[in-house]
Amino acid sequence: MSVMMPKPSEAILSRRRAIVEALRAIVPGEGVVDAANEMAVFESDGLTAYRQLPLVVVLPSTVDQVAAVLKYCHREEIPVVPRGSGTSLSGGALPLEDGVLLVLSKFNRVLEIDYDNRCAVVQPGVTNLGITHAVAGRGFYYAPDPSSQIACSIGGNVAENSGGVHCLKYGLTANNVLGIEFVTIEGEVVRLGGMHLDAEGYDLLGLMTGSEGLLGVVTEVTVRILQKPETARAVLIGFPTSEEAGAAVAAIIAKGIIPGGMEMMDRPAILAAEDFVHAGYPTDVEALLIVELDGPGAEVDHLLAEVEAVGSANGAVTCRVSQSEEERASFWAGRKAAFPAVGRISPDYYCMDGTIPRKELPKVLAGMKSLSDKYGLRVANVFHAGDGNLHPLILYDANEEGQLHRAEEFGNDILRLCVEVGGVLTGEHGVGVEKRDLMPEMFDETDMKHQQRVKCAFDDKHLLNPGKVFPQLHRCAELGRMHVHKGQVAFPDLPRF
Amino acid sequence: MSMQGSTVEASEQRLSVEPQTEGDIRDIVAAAVSAEEPLAIEGTGSKRGLGRPVQAARTLSLAKMSGITLYEPEELVLTAKAGTPIAEIEALVDAHGQRLEFEPMDYGPLHGLDAAQGTLGGVIACNLAGPRRLKQGAARDHVLGVRAVSGRGEIFKSGGRVVKNVTGYDLSKGLTGSYGTLAVMSEITIKVLPTCETETTLVLRGLSDAEAAGAMAASMGSPAEVSGAAHLPMYVAARVAEGALGEEAATAIRIDGFGPSVEARAAHLGRALEKVGKVDRLDREASRRLWRDVRDVRPFVDGTRKPVWRLSVTPTRGHEIVMSLRMQAAIDAFYDWQGGLVWLRMEAGEPEADLVRETIRRFGGGHATLVRAPESVRAATAVFQPQPGPLAALSRRLKEQFDPKNVLNPGRMA
Ligand SMILES: Cc1cc2nc3c(=O)[nH]c(=O)nc-3n(C[C@H](O)[C@H](O)[C@H](O)COP(=O)(O)OP(=O)(O)OC[C@H]3O[C@@H](n4cnc5c(N)ncnc54)[C@H](O)[C@@H]3O)c2cc1C
Repeated sequence: MSVMMPKPSEAILSRRRAIVEALRAIVPGEGVVDAANEMAVFESDGLTAYRQLPLVVVLPSTVDQVAAVLKYCHREEIPVVPRGSGTSLSGGALPLEDGVLLVLSKFNRVLEIDYDNRCAVVQPGVTNLGITHAVAGRGFYYAPDPSSQIACSIGGNVAENSGGVHCLKYGLTANNVLGIEFVTIEGEVVRLGGMHLDAEGYDLLGLMTGSEGLLGVVTEVTVRILQKPETARAVLIGFPTSEEAGAAVAAIIAKGIIPGGMEMMDRPAILAAEDFVHAGYPTDVEALLIVELDGPGAEVDHLLAEVEAVGSANGAVTCRVSQSEEERASFWAGRKAAFPAVGRISPDYYCMDGTIPRKELPKVLAGMKSLSDKYGLRVANVFHAGDGNLHPLILYDANEEGQLHRAEEFGNDILRLCVEVGGVLTGEHGVGVEKRDLMPEMFDETDMKHQQRVKCAFDDKHLLNPGKVFPQLHRCAELGRMHVHKGQVAFPDLPRF
Repeated sequence: MSMQGSTVEASEQRLSVEPQTEGDIRDIVAAAVSAEEPLAIEGTGSKRGLGRPVQAARTLSLAKMSGITLYEPEELVLTAKAGTPIAEIEALVDAHGQRLEFEPMDYGPLHGLDAAQGTLGGVIACNLAGPRRLKQGAARDHVLGVRAVSGRGEIFKSGGRVVKNVTGYDLSKGLTGSYGTLAVMSEITIKVLPTCETETTLVLRGLSDAEAAGAMAASMGSPAEVSGAAHLPMYVAARVAEGALGEEAATAIRIDGFGPSVEARAAHLGRALEKVGKVDRLDREASRRLWRDVRDVRPFVDGTRKPVWRLSVTPTRGHEIVMSLRMQAAIDAFYDWQGGLVWLRMEAGEPEADLVRETIRRFGGGHATLVRAPESVRAATAVFQPQPGPLAALSRRLKEQFDPKNVLNPGRMA
């Protein structure tokens, strides 16, 4: 795979020794890594097709160190790429040859848990699941649950606005973060929000969330924690066609039911998962829905009956309700193992992440089928059906000449199709480098310039994670220019009110 | 080129121009930029009293940019032009068994105006939310996409019509709560959700503010999925629900959802709360009336212009802040959001901004906004919470990026 990154600065590369020494003066000991063999583990994130050794890796352990590193890099005009656990699937944490890779993994402490205010204050390197573990003893949990939750960091979740199967009911990262502390590229420490429910002034917290490391380095996160629902039960419903499954999803929502999770798998994904984990999935259906209901026992029983009825009214051919926690877990085991399961039936796979209006699912699946024929590559689909977030897995073999390129082109066509039906390029994995050059499919020049103006307010030298998200870097001075000058308005004959 | 906007006389003797299309808005803003003549941006002006008075000669009113352009109940999505009355939107979704989950409050009555006059654009620009914000988020959490004209006179869009979307910066959130100082929104797409089948409210009587804070925290930390937790101290309680509660302090805990579930949760939580005191139950209608009044600050709808503050603080610290303030000033107060939203009325007429803010700082932090006061007072007081240096600098740079000539609501958030 190839993607154009900003041309590394010769001036920076030639100063590498001095830069490493200056950084060592800020972060002593093992906190600065510059040997190629030791930096190798950092050369890519979850999007392993792209690899690049950074200029140097810095692992600070205090906010002061982060601030000093950023201040230094700002003064010296050295790019900085923040990194949490490196599980990004869009290349957001891909290092730059002339950039410092700032790794937050040493920020791994839970600082405060306040059950009365239902929040936890944690450092950014704490894993997503680590938060839940820290509060589980009192029956609490942190709701957003990306499949990578064992490994991914809360700082990375904030940067990507990550989601998970429970986001349909409980919201994305953005809806579950009350406050952050971050350090600007100038090295200033800024706090947004806190334990109160809304941050004051402009919603900079909303802008920071999902900003993919381009606006600031997150050094502390205050998250909302929730009391675990009393019960959770899941039901597996098989359909002869994806249209019927889609209709059932719409009917469930039309009944006013917002399930804790509502996932769909198509036949190739069902077969791969069943073969891998033997979850007991029906193998003779075209589409499988996993619907999970959570809450008080009375509610779950009541809604399960309604969901079953919706299933049969929409042509379900199989329907199984979990009778125990083990069985519920086994229903999910197949879905959660879908990626590795697909990994077993194909040497390589490429995971996409578009979102579509739910009703467009049959059209998009049909479109994917014909694209699959066109490119001669198979595709398996897992789908956050409740919120329209599709994860097509394109199967290919990197050792076969040209397949990787075809897989990428196939993926791009799928995302174009998502946008065409009113959807978006990425639902939760972020733009990174992967979808960067597709941004114009969704946004015109003016849209993107307004996004970049946010960047200019935070980082006018484009030092934080350059080359990600935006296909073209406009200099802030140029973006700042007003295109409407005195006497030169678009419509000079406009009545003066 | 024909200029579609018509010119009308605004209530404040300010000339008002009413664009009918997004293109009109762009032309008007572009002209304002080139003439360096600022605009006051207004829905119907129902929240004109919020924020600092705007120093502008002309008003750009969204009144003619009205209409729901897309509503797909099964997709849980609605798009409307920014000037659409919020009442029209609420009526339509209600007819389909849905609602705006953030329960937008209505500032009209507090300011002595009619209720239900606001627009979608105004609600989003002020990031309004009601009691359910505690559980389900504010307006910002339900905005999916926006079309707008920035202070550069350029049309841009952000977001889309789907919930799961991380494509580019979330400018929709950036515009939400920006009080019309970054861009004029022309069209907004929001998420809607099913209305709860039923609701009930548990009411504890006679608790002190501190006891109420404990009861509310315990309720919120239970699995009962509480969607509202408010405390109305003695006498304040008499000023909601047409006096139905009487004068004794009332601590209200709302539970909503499907019938059997509400029953089970209310029974369970009710038993747990018996330890604190006797628990009354309000039926659905009484519950709705109570929460509407809490939402719209009904206890301070008094026909006066006495200053009213809105405090956003750490929920368990709300009562400590009020206790401390009571020692130093004549105030009246009540609590929503488990104590995290404090409404304060300054009985002596002075806003006491420094005292209020210093007290918040001492008790866990947060912020205070002066939401009602005579214009002269608002002009002389920091209506919005002053920000520390680096944060203020960031906010200022964002404003400069979107509105370099300061033509949109100048002075509004200053
Ligand atoms: C098997 C697998 C399954 C996955 N499933 C899901 C899923 O279900 N849902 C989902 O949403 N995602 C999923 N992901 C993607 C990924 O786990 C998330 O994007 C996650 O949030 C990344 O966290 P991280 O700590 O690994 O961040 P990294 O990969 O290290 O970084 C991601 C981005 O965040 C920035 N960043 C990281 N830390 C900071 C910080 N402290 N301050 C500022 N910027 C920072 C980086 O610069 C980069 O742009 C999956 C990934 C894998 C490999």
